[in-house]
Amino acid sequence: MEKENGGKKMNQRIDVRGLSCPLPVVTVRNKLLEIKKGILEVLVDTGTSKENITRMVTNAGWKVVAREEDGEYLLTISK
Amino acid sequence: MLKEFFGSRKNIIFTGIFIGISAAFLQKLGNPANMGICVACMERDIAGALGLHRAEVVQYIRPEIIGFVFGSLIAALIFKEFKARSGSNPLIRFVLGFFAMIGALVFLGCPWRTLLRLAGGDGNALFGLAGLVAGVWIGILFIKSGYNLGRNQKTYPIVGWIMPVITVGLLLLLVFRPQLPSGTVFFSSKGPGAQHAPIFIALIIALAIGFFAQRTRFCTIAAVRDVILIKDNYLVTGVISLLIAAFISNLILKQFHPGFEGQPIAHSNQLWNFGGMVLAGLAFTLAGGCPGRQLFLSGEGDADAAVFVLGMIVGAGFAHNFATASSPKGPGLWGPASVIVGLVICLIIAFSMSDLWKKRMEAKR
Repeated sequence: MEKENGGKKMNQRIDVRGLSCPLPVVTVRNKLLEIKKGILEVLVDTGTSKENITRMVTNAGWKVVAREEDGEYLLTISK
Repeated sequence: MLKEFFGSRKNIIFTGIFIGISAAFLQKLGNPANMGICVACMERDIAGALGLHRAEVVQYIRPEIIGFVFGSLIAALIFKEFKARSGSNPLIRFVLGFFAMIGALVFLGCPWRTLLRLAGGDGNALFGLAGLVAGVWIGILFIKSGYNLGRNQKTYPIVGWIMPVITVGLLLLLVFRPQLPSGTVFFSSKGPGAQHAPIFIALIIALAIGFFAQRTRFCTIAAVRDVILIKDNYLVTGVISLLIAAFISNLILKQFHPGFEGQPIAHSNQLWNFGGMVLAGLAFTLAGGCPGRQLFLSGEGDADAAVFVLGMIVGAGFAHNFATASSPKGPGLWGPASVIVGLVICLIIAFSMSDLWKKRMEAKR
């Protein structure tokens, strides 16, 4: 799932930093149910959220790649 | 790599088993029956020791609470997860902590003790467990309707250190036992508050539990919630492991006594065993985790979780001062009324902080 932005194609991105459990995983789950396939980037700020989201999306058949920077993570979720 | 190792399923099972065995042995070493670990009861005892209530039989500074926070702190520092954060509606979290404690003390136990009471043969805990699941389920309905406490923010590191420093203060009071003219610090000479494992052993065991629980994200409330909400059984495998490990340990240690009547630090009024835990389950769910998890989060710098813990401790003071806490004879004079008031307040909070309220307001316009 990509969006047009000034001629460039951009992946959808959601920011779940600072949200309490279980909102990060619920927010991502709802978004994936909406887009059904494509690429979703998710910004998370705790190891707990990263693990919960990774487990949920993997169980749902999506692939996830995590990149860590300054204690925060960018998860690239795709199907 | 080590981070992934700790997040694996076998480690949540190990953590559950470790907690289950530890609880049974802490009981063998002196902690009250079916209360090897009870976060709510232990915080209640701390409230009593500090003079926030004057129930003479439940006053002791429990080193387990100190160990939980510090074990989590150590793990968070080693794995670079200590992050001072705050600002996600701390006052609401205080209120939720307050009523979680009110509910737990009507049942006489937190989610951890619910499991340990079951593992010790206390059939009354079945009603508490049913209430807990019902409370979590009600909370999930609001989460699905957009309930949100708002985002926290990174803040000054000192904010994240306040809870660990408070527990250091508690440890000093426990070790040096100063006696002020008012009588504080209070230590029970009889009753559950007088029953405790040796300080050093309890502290070491709790440090290990805090360490493993921080790494594996062990949470008794999220265990139930995740199964219902997102069909994820990761955490519940840890909880079931705890239950089985405690049950087997109790059998070996001859601490398993099945029945309903005369169970230790428990009553058989099933309506309020159920009702108390509906309230506790709802409050814990709305706050994002069980009382143990709130301690572990406060150890890794989450000041909002620390405020929830303080709300629980203040709630314990009120529960005994205002006769809402139960005793083995049954619910306190104002126990049932406090559960009803707590449920009403928690439901108002949940409703007004969800999309249900926004929709209602939009419809009015």
